[in-house]
Amino acid sequence: MNHMEEKLTKGIRADGRKFDEIRKIEIEYNISKNAEGSARCRLGETEVLAGVKLEIGTPYTDSPDEGSIVVNAELGPISNPDFVSGPPGAEATEIARLVDRGIRESKAVDFKKLCIKSGEKVWIFLIDIYTTNDAGNLIDAAYYASLAALKEIRMPKVKDDKIVFGEYTKDKMKLEKFPINFTFGKIGKHIILDPSMEEEKFLDARLTLAVDNKHVHSMQKNGNGSFTLEEIEQIIDIAFRKDAEVKKLFK
Amino acid sequence: MVYSKRASGRKFEELRKMEAKVGIIPRADGSAMFKIGDTIAIAAVYGPRELHPKFLQNQERGLLRCNYDMISFSVPERKKPGPARRSVEISMVTEKALMPVLDLTKYPNTVVDVFIQIIQANSGTRCAGICAASMALAHAGVPMKGLVGAIAVGKVGDKIVVDLDKEEEDFSEGATDIPIAMTGRGKEITLLQLDGDISKEELKKALLLGEEKIKEIIKKQEEALKEYFKVD
Repeated sequence: MNHMEEKLTKGIRADGRKFDEIRKIEIEYNISKNAEGSARCRLGETEVLAGVKLEIGTPYTDSPDEGSIVVNAELGPISNPDFVSGPPGAEATEIARLVDRGIRESKAVDFKKLCIKSGEKVWIFLIDIYTTNDAGNLIDAAYYASLAALKEIRMPKVKDDKIVFGEYTKDKMKLEKFPINFTFGKIGKHIILDPSMEEEKFLDARLTLAVDNKHVHSMQKNGNGSFTLEEIEQIIDIAFRKDAEVKKLFK
Repeated sequence: MVYSKRASGRKFEELRKMEAKVGIIPRADGSAMFKIGDTIAIAAVYGPRELHPKFLQNQERGLLRCNYDMISFSVPERKKPGPARRSVEISMVTEKALMPVLDLTKYPNTVVDVFIQIIQANSGTRCAGICAASMALAHAGVPMKGLVGAIAVGKVGDKIVVDLDKEEEDFSEGATDIPIAMTGRGKEITLLQLDGDISKEELKKALLLGEEKIKEIIKKQEEALKEYFKVD
């Protein structure tokens, strides 16, 4: 048994948190005037920036009246001495995909409302995520920053089918739902919410899920270990309980 | 050609409002934020740390490696993530702007990595990046002779100005943009680039204005460092 697991057996987390306690979440909106929506999320000492730029594109042929979102994440070497420059690797891609799925599958953004002209023109939201300080659980910080950036989107004016950057209509994009993402770690038999960087090194398994009002919209298990069905139920219950508490922070 | 009044309402020799902060990225060995007008740069320093691959190592002294990048939503038209020719060049001139004040002889075979990100851009991003990087290096405790301050000077219409904003850079009747960096102590010029059309006399006038204004910038950097290292 490693020392981290030993301590957890005594009911103690390295930073003194309860097992189901999230570090302090701070959201700062409109961090870049040049984005249609942008935000900074601090989750403890973890810090992530997210921004949304809008584009007018053509819809997919199988959904001619729907716009879309495209999420990209960069694990910048500015945020962690072990990260290297280069195209997104598996870890960055997973973060981008989890943010995408939480928003897409919950239908938080109504893609039909992003239709400008059916079969021809739709809005595409390009969401870019940049990590600036990695102190563990980049996934949830990235998700919260992205959700906050989306919540604040200002719709730009359009002239001759081109976006007039910096000029906005009075329309605000309304999120239909506000799904919240949670990441749990498992060390030995212990389930902990929002693993810190120190805890991440000892994780046997990890489970990320997005929930909204007692509905589960995305899940992803990672790590070499496993979960029992009971543990998964326990995790879902904690997420449902924490959902409202985190939602409140997005004012 | 007459440029009688700056659109921003500033005097010709007036800088935009500055903000500087040290220690913004806890994970890094040194970090800082530098804001001037609507331009915001952050920088983090990692190292000195062992340099890989080994054949790049220098047995005499450590190396400085800078990486400048604009985040995609820092500009009105989304910048595709990843390096471009522009950022590769700026990374290189940033290295050369900072190297003259560094003494890495005590750290052979190592590298000092400096990562600069532009969060919000309204001209002068390379200079803001150098200002942030210089503070981050000092914060990291890398041996330095002094700070480096940077600013763009230039000519807009018929006027010599300092700290051009986007509107001035795009001035319809022509603008000359001259980003410069200088050491605080010896007033040595460590970055000098120029794009435009300017006479020798005007260039001299612009550089003298830059020298004057960089003093203000270095003062701001020093204040931020003092604030960080303040003992309560």
